[in-house]
Amino acid sequence: MKRLMSGNSAIGEAAVLAGCTCYFGYPITPQNELPEYLAKRLAEVPGGVFIQAESELSAINMVLGASVAGARAMTSSSSPGISLKQEGISFLAAQELPAVIVNMMRGGPGMGNISPAQSDYFQATRGGGHGDYRTIVLAPASVQELADMTARAFDLADTYRTPVMILGDGMLGQMMEPVTFPSKKKERQLAHADYVLSGAAGRPSRRIRSLILDPKEEEEHNWKLFRKYQRIEQLEVRHETFLLDDAVMAVIAYGTAARIARGAIKRLREEGLKIGMIRPISLWPFPVKIIQQTARHIHDFFVFEMSTGQMLEDVKLALEGSGYIHFYGRPGGVVPTPVELSRIISRHYHQSQKRKK
Amino acid sequence: MKKVYTRPKSLKDAPFHYCPGCGHSIIHRLIAEVIDEMELQEKAICVPPAGCAVLAYDYIDVDMVEAPHGRGAAVATGIKRVRPENLVFSYQGDGDLAAIGTAETFHAANRGELITIFFVNNAVYGMTGGQMAPTTLLGQKTTTSPAGRNAARDGHPIKVCEVLAVLGGSAYLERVAVNQPAAIKAAKKAIARAFQHQLKKTGFSLVEILSPCPTNWKMSPVESCTWIDEVMSREFPLGVIKDSKC
Repeated sequence: MKRLMSGNSAIGEAAVLAGCTCYFGYPITPQNELPEYLAKRLAEVPGGVFIQAESELSAINMVLGASVAGARAMTSSSSPGISLKQEGISFLAAQELPAVIVNMMRGGPGMGNISPAQSDYFQATRGGGHGDYRTIVLAPASVQELADMTARAFDLADTYRTPVMILGDGMLGQMMEPVTFPSKKKERQLAHADYVLSGAAGRPSRRIRSLILDPKEEEEHNWKLFRKYQRIEQLEVRHETFLLDDAVMAVIAYGTAARIARGAIKRLREEGLKIGMIRPISLWPFPVKIIQQTARHIHDFFVFEMSTGQMLEDVKLALEGSGYIHFYGRPGGVVPTPVELSRIISRHYHQSQKRKK
Repeated sequence: MKKVYTRPKSLKDAPFHYCPGCGHSIIHRLIAEVIDEMELQEKAICVPPAGCAVLAYDYIDVDMVEAPHGRGAAVATGIKRVRPENLVFSYQGDGDLAAIGTAETFHAANRGELITIFFVNNAVYGMTGGQMAPTTLLGQKTTTSPAGRNAARDGHPIKVCEVLAVLGGSAYLERVAVNQPAAIKAAKKAIARAFQHQLKKTGFSLVEILSPCPTNWKMSPVESCTWIDEVMSREFPLGVIKDSKC
C-alpha cells in the first residue's frame, strides 16, 4: 500500500521497519520531521529509545553507546549539525561500530540558510572528521529511495561495521511523495556480534577502543580499515544511467540535482538533443568505472550540482584528463528549475557540437 | 593461614602505569573490590575517559568502550538505555567531565540517567602535563596559570556535586578523597552506595574523588596527601551532597 509521506518521515518509518530501535538527535531545519516522527513511532517499538539530546555532540555519542550495546541506532541533522557530529563519526569509524547518520543538507557555510543545497559533498565523502577513514555515502533522489536506502544503510553499516551516511537535502526531506514500505519488519542479521558489550558473562571482558599508542599497531589498524574500504569500493558502488546509449553528452548529477537534470534532459530530448545521464547513487564509493566506460564513446560530460563544484573533483579524478567537462553549479540554497537547467545544457551542447564541426 | 588481602577478581594482573603517589590506582582497586563484593563483574560496562586513566581497560576487568574526550556521560547513556539490566559507569577526570564534557554530564544528570560517574578531581590536567583544570584552586600554579589561577581571568573552581545537586534527576552525589586510610574506606562505601542507587533506579549517581597528583602538583606523595586535607578539601568539602531515598 502506498502512503503519502515527507522524505524525513519516510526515513523514520523505514528505519523502524529495518530494526532501528534507537534515535538520538537535536532539532535543526530542514530535518525536524524525522525526529518528530520517531518520537511517536519509537514509543510503539519494544525497547525503543528516543532522546532529544542536548547537542549534536551528545547525540552522536549516544549513538556510539547504543551501537556498542548492540542496537541499531541512528541520528540525523543538517549541515551545521553534521559538522558537530564529525568527532563521533571519526570514533565510530575507528572503533568499527555500525551507525546510520542522515544529513539533510542546507545552504552554507556557517549558519547559511535552510534551503536545499549540496554543499557538504566534500565533508561527507572525504571522511569529514579527523583521521584516515571513509564513510559510505548514499544519495537518494526520491522519497521512495530515501526509504529503501535507509534499510540498505543499516545493512551496510552492519556488514562493514562502519558508519553510513544518507546524504539528502531540504527538498528531499520535506517534499511529500507516495512511498511503499516492506510489509514485514526485518530481523537484524548480525554475522559478527563479537564487538557488542553486554557484560563479561561467560566470556572474557571486551574492550572497544581507538587509542592505539604504538605507532606500528596504529598503522596496522589504519591498513586494516583501508582494506575494508577497498572491499567496499569493489562491492558497493551504485549508480543509475538514463538515456545514455545514443547520447553524445552525459550529465552527471546526484540527488535533487539529478531529478532536475532528468526533467531538463526529457525536454532536450524532445528537441532532438542526444543527452543522457549518469546518476551516482553511492557518492563514496564513487562510480568511477561507469564514467570511464562512458568516456570511451562520449567526449562531453556536464556536471550539475547545487554547490560551486565538489563532486566535480571526483568526476575529474575518474576521467583522468580524458573527455571535456562542462559545469553548472548553484550554491547557497538556490534550486534551478528543469527549464533553466535545460537552457544552460542546450547552450553547452550546441557550442561543443559547433566545436566538433 | 587465612588470606586477608588479595587482588580483586575484577582487577587484571597488570602493574599500573600511574606515577608514584597517584590516586588512580587506589580508585581502580576500590571500584574492582566493590564490583567483586556486589557480584557485578558480569553486568558491568565501563566508559573510560581521555586522560591519565584512558588505559583503565588494561586494569579493570569488565567490558569497556572508549568515549571521545568529555562524552562519557553521552556514551554511557546510549549503553544504559539499550541495556537497562547492565551496570553502566564512566570514569572521568576534571577536564573531561567539568570542562569539555560539562553539557553531557549536566544533561545526563538532569535526565536522571541510571548511570554512575566516578569523577576524579585532582585540580589539574594530568596526562597533558599539568595545565589548569576547571577545578584548579584560586592561586594554584599550573603550566597555563604560571602566576596562579586568577578568578578575574580564569574564573572559579567548579563545584560539580553542588551544581548537579539542584537538578531533578540527580539521586546520589558524594565527595570523597583517597589521601588517607579512613578517607579511602569512606570512598569505597560511596562507590558501593552509587552502584546501589543505579541498581535501584533512583536516578543519576556521581562520586567525586579528590585524588593526589604529585607529579603535576610538584609535591612529594606525602605532601600531596596533606595538601588534600589542608587546602583542597576546604574548597571542595567532603561528604554527602545529595542522597535520595534508595
